[in-house]
Amino acid sequence: MDLDLTPDEDAFRAEARAWLAAHVPADPLPSLETAEGFAAHRAWEAELSADRWSVVSWPEEFGGRGVDIFKWLVFEEEYYAAGAPGRVSQNGINLLAPTLFDHATDEQRARVLPSMASGEVIWAQAWSEPEAGSDLASLRSRAVRTDGGWLLHGQKTWSSRAAFADRAFGIFRTDPDAPKPHQGLTYLMFDLRAPGVTVRPIGRLDGKPAFAELFLDEVFVPDEDVIGEPGRGWRIAMSTTGNERGLTLRSPGRFLASAERLLRLWRERGEDPAVRDRVADALIGARAYQLFTYANASRFAAGEQIGAESSLNKVFWSEYDMALHETALDLLGADGETAAGEWAEGYVFSLAGPIYAGTNEIQRDIIAERLLGLPKGRR
Amino acid sequence: MRFLLDTEQAEFGRTLDRMLGAADTPSAVRAWAAGDPGPGRDLWTRIADAGVFALAVPEAYDGVGLLPVELALAYVELGRHAVPGPVVETAAAAALLADLAEDGGTEGGAAKEWLPRIAAGRAVVSLGAEPDAFVLDADAADAVFVAAGSKVRRAVVRGAVVESADPARRLFRVEAGEIVAEDAARAVARATDLAALLTAAQSLGVGLELLRRTVEYVGQRKQFGVPIGSFQAVKHRLADALLGLEFARPLVFGAALSLAGRGSVASVSDHGAVGRADERARKDIAAAKVAAGEAAYRAALAALQLHGAVGYTEELDLSWWLRKARPLRDAWGTPARCRERVVSGGR
Ligand SMILES: Cc1cc2nc3c(=O)[nH]c(=O)nc-3n(C[C@H](O)[C@H](O)[C@H](O)COP(=O)(O)OP(=O)(O)OC[C@H]3O[C@@H](n4cnc5c(N)ncnc54)[C@H](O)[C@@H]3O)c2cc1C
Repeated sequence: MDLDLTPDEDAFRAEARAWLAAHVPADPLPSLETAEGFAAHRAWEAELSADRWSVVSWPEEFGGRGVDIFKWLVFEEEYYAAGAPGRVSQNGINLLAPTLFDHATDEQRARVLPSMASGEVIWAQAWSEPEAGSDLASLRSRAVRTDGGWLLHGQKTWSSRAAFADRAFGIFRTDPDAPKPHQGLTYLMFDLRAPGVTVRPIGRLDGKPAFAELFLDEVFVPDEDVIGEPGRGWRIAMSTTGNERGLTLRSPGRFLASAERLLRLWRERGEDPAVRDRVADALIGARAYQLFTYANASRFAAGEQIGAESSLNKVFWSEYDMALHETALDLLGADGETAAGEWAEGYVFSLAGPIYAGTNEIQRDIIAERLLGLPKGRR
Repeated sequence: MRFLLDTEQAEFGRTLDRMLGAADTPSAVRAWAAGDPGPGRDLWTRIADAGVFALAVPEAYDGVGLLPVELALAYVELGRHAVPGPVVETAAAAALLADLAEDGGTEGGAAKEWLPRIAAGRAVVSLGAEPDAFVLDADAADAVFVAAGSKVRRAVVRGAVVESADPARRLFRVEAGEIVAEDAARAVARATDLAALLTAAQSLGVGLELLRRTVEYVGQRKQFGVPIGSFQAVKHRLADALLGLEFARPLVFGAALSLAGRGSVASVSDHGAVGRADERARKDIAAAKVAAGEAAYRAALAALQLHGAVGYTEELDLSWWLRKARPLRDAWGTPARCRERVVSGGR
């Protein structure tokens, strides 16, 4: 057992650090939940990808550097330590891309991945529906067979950044007569600007149009945009949620950098002893999350599957993120209420963490039943 | 980089677990608490035979250490089985005497006298850190050392046992006697760090066992016609207990690696003011101590609550773990002290 990086990994770290030092914008970009900020972040994705830093773990043919998970972690640490912008293409990179690697055809991968890496096409996740949140399998939007493809009908909601994004991926009911709600679902990709799509932005808690409702009326999807076998959408989707909660969506690098920033804020604000323990807990939590991730990465590198453990991850990072930002706001005092800066934006975002990617109540059920083996109860 | 126990380490943990499981530790704990150290000493010998104390003793004195990772692993098991006695203190005393001998001077004598016996399980040694603090299990110890300021002294027991919240922890006041080392600040700091790390590991073990026993109980205890473990309020409390423990675990092993000098992965403190290895290990240990101590204590409260009234009795074996969680959380560094160390940036 060791935590030693190889000389090669250290060299990679130095290369990433140097590139970031030369390229990270001096001033923070405007919030990516606004039209202006979205465009600025898209340009940043293009800059990252021009030197193949946008998706370092992907194979080179799709715009990556083909590095393993440890180097990916190193890159993320450097990325956030450098104060680089939040990633506007993360839905595609973290959710759709792993699905494509596991389930798509070569043609689909070649078509979709490079433009995702460059930020040219930004993806939205269209899973949730007004009547299907935690009980996602009860979704009702349909895809009906037509010549050469499918026609989408129905309504999706809470689709992050769909107000500005280009395309979406989602699950649709293709066999309404299937005996169980998890059956007869199909996973596919569609164009947010296709005829029949109406996108209605929804203001989140701070009023920014961070997500949207999608109304779908006979939206045509060609067969080539169906991922995997029709009818098998649920299993494909579930392999994606593991990614969402698991290793990739919230990398430790981000929390290590945030905890350091919090420590600096605490020092700048006079080291209030009443907040000291919470600052310490933020540092401890970031380290715990980092090492937990390295342990999982080690298992992954040894060929093991990471299963329901990803639920531990999800509950941890979402609650950690909130506690960290609450502490920062407390340190800011009255400035916290009026602040428009990074901490305020981060705080609003953190409040949603226990809700999306499967609510924390649902995750705790999974932990109790699948990791502890407790009996299933009424849902 | 491989942040996983290797096969040999995992097998060592399992062997220890099996041995302790077969040794009827609960009756050894009961006897120990009642002032009869006999069965505890027998257990001690078996633990030594399994190689545990040798991990804290250098090769020059018949040991194989210092091996912080293997020690941490072993102490998780000692915690899981609620092994009584100054197990942490003996290992820390071993590290202290070895360091003193290495630093030179007359201290080599104490190392030669005690280390081979510690490695072989023939000596139970207790250690205290302040002149006036309690010393654990001093009545059952063959030697007691106290670190006061930069000095280390032998100590003698003063007065009767002082009751602890955990009857298996027998506390004593001691009187400082002959000087063992004058200029021992560095060695004392390192020994204290090891004690904190191993207490964290022990806490983790205590928490894991409390959770295991509680999961078993709620799966079988029925109310309203169903196992209470099927109620969501019960499930979520246990999910939280697991969450705390599973995020404390990597901190414990990460801190052990820091102490062993085997971890170049940047930690939080690296972006801040501090980079020195000792200082980093000290912070990592403090972080592990907070996380494991708090997680075990939370697990204890969940275990107590979910067992209902039967959990609130001393008859149930569960009580040995329940009553250990809080004292271990505070021993060798209270959460407040450890958190202070985490934010202090070495200043
Ligand atoms: C900021 C944000 C971004 C999002 N982005 C996307 C996106 O890009 N794409 C997308 O498809 N979706 C997205 N979502 C939607 C998200 O996935 C859902 O909000 C989530 O699945 C919960 O569904 P719901 O909101 O309908 O709540 P409900 O399912 O109605 O739940 C309401 C409350 O009841 C609790 N509850 C429900 N069932 C149970 C149960 N069995 N046991 C205990 N408690 C229960 C929940 O935990 C929750 O606290 C986003 C949400 C947010 C807040």
